[in-house]
Amino acid sequence: MLLGGETTSREIVESVATAISAQDEAIGGYLSADFERAIIEAEAADLSLPLGGIPIALKDNINALEHPCSCGSRFLESGYNSPYDATVSALLKQAGAVLYGRTNLDEFAMGSSTENSAIKQTRNPHDTSRIPGGSSGGSAAVVAADMAVAALGSDTGGSIRQPASHCGVVGLKPSYGRVSRYGLVAFASSLDQIGPVTKTVEDAALVLQVIAGDDPKDSTCLPAEVPDYTSTLDKGIAGMRIGLPREFFADQALDSGVRSNVEEALGLLEGQGAELVEIALPSTEYAVAVYYILAPAEASSNLSRYDGIRYGQRVDNGEGVVPLYRESRAEGFGPEVKRRIILGTYVLSSGYSGKYYLKAQKARTLIQKEYKEAFKDVDVIMGPVSPKPARKIGAHSESPLEDYLADVYTISANLAGICGLSVPCGTVNFEGSELPVGLQILGPHLAESQILRAGRAWEKIRDSG
Amino acid sequence: MSESQSGSPEIDVRYTADLARLKLTDQEVARFQQQFGDILKLVDTLTKLDVEGVEPTAHPAPVLDIMREDEVEVNLMKDRVLENAPDSALNQIRVPKVVDA
Repeated sequence: MLLGGETTSREIVESVATAISAQDEAIGGYLSADFERAIIEAEAADLSLPLGGIPIALKDNINALEHPCSCGSRFLESGYNSPYDATVSALLKQAGAVLYGRTNLDEFAMGSSTENSAIKQTRNPHDTSRIPGGSSGGSAAVVAADMAVAALGSDTGGSIRQPASHCGVVGLKPSYGRVSRYGLVAFASSLDQIGPVTKTVEDAALVLQVIAGDDPKDSTCLPAEVPDYTSTLDKGIAGMRIGLPREFFADQALDSGVRSNVEEALGLLEGQGAELVEIALPSTEYAVAVYYILAPAEASSNLSRYDGIRYGQRVDNGEGVVPLYRESRAEGFGPEVKRRIILGTYVLSSGYSGKYYLKAQKARTLIQKEYKEAFKDVDVIMGPVSPKPARKIGAHSESPLEDYLADVYTISANLAGICGLSVPCGTVNFEGSELPVGLQILGPHLAESQILRAGRAWEKIRDSG
Repeated sequence: MSESQSGSPEIDVRYTADLARLKLTDQEVARFQQQFGDILKLVDTLTKLDVEGVEPTAHPAPVLDIMREDEVEVNLMKDRVLENAPDSALNQIRVPKVVDA
């Protein structure tokens, strides 16, 4: 449309601005947006570039030069302006995208409801009394509410796929090493990945194309060649072998409505020539435990940099440097971040690290092996993203464990380093509300083409019905 | 470590927070104590899993050292970094006194 001259980049940016002023008071998806600069950039945009003139929102834990980066935390809420571009921000700019706005998140990406943002609550556009999911809840909500064309999120244990599922949009977690994390504020470095939140699978492929690839600034990035993700999108599902983990479908916590939507989708894919194969991932029952050892352990180390010295909030009572650290962190961090730092410190502390941390790392090896084994027999794995649709805001405020347990289907992809996609799969009536459900498609390490192709095939079937 | 009645481990919240340089209020300690009980019970399900002879995984993909030429390039701009510092003077970040004279 842009290239054909039917619309201009300025018009698109302005329509995003108009949508935000009309709706974001009710949704709360953005933490900040700068349209003055965005319009100047839009007018100067080179439309021949892959994302020329397209506005893209960033989760507020991804640095972009001279933009804020609050991480949803009091620690960085005021006074922090990024002194540099994350690699993904630089790549989006090089591809012509206009970076204008910052989306809400659980503080430092810790959570799955966006309730842990210290700054504001984001609401689900399908029912504003409900969570949008998280931690990339702002990114999912603004795309769902037509307040953004596309956004980036980050996924450590499901933080792109689960909010995408709850808000009825597409969310892609690329494989570990596929996208540079340089400039993403680190939560759990062996699990974090940046990925797109979009309206369609094709859009996700277009954005991934721009942000994927090796980066000398991130030593965990892989030099593997980046395939052309759009060229294989429409190859269809016929002949693909789809693995259905029996542990996912036998889960007592799985809502019957979510199950029937997913099963219906699988039946339709089978009708188009896919082969459904039951598979076993027996370590699934340990995945949540493994994750809630490893992720807090890494977080406790990563977040030690927030000490009130170089950036962010400093609380100095003049009693010396250690009280300054303690006070700054006490006031800067919210309860979930404190919980995870303490838990992580505990599992790494002398006497417990063997029992918890090392054991979890070994269990992680088993999980990884099970996926590797499974992918010898199937091309992709499918199932639900989350056991239930979006819950009410505040329902789990005193029991974080309830939310942890709901990460069961998404977490193992991060532990295994494989890629995963969430694609809208109808709605269900849940507690009196009509709410979106996501179909999760998991693929082998670096097989993003495969899951995008399967996701596109499902979209076509869904939209033709 | 002490064992609670249910047999799940108990965490000394204040001591552990102290290791992490976190000051907690009494209310936070009480609230977290109860919540950690539930979380550690979950985490303890791992004791059932047999990992005899299994190698630990730190990163899902192999991370290798990468060598490159040591070339000077433009990186963070000093003034932008200092703008983010809570306190600065003489083109440097000002910190509280760390050692006694």
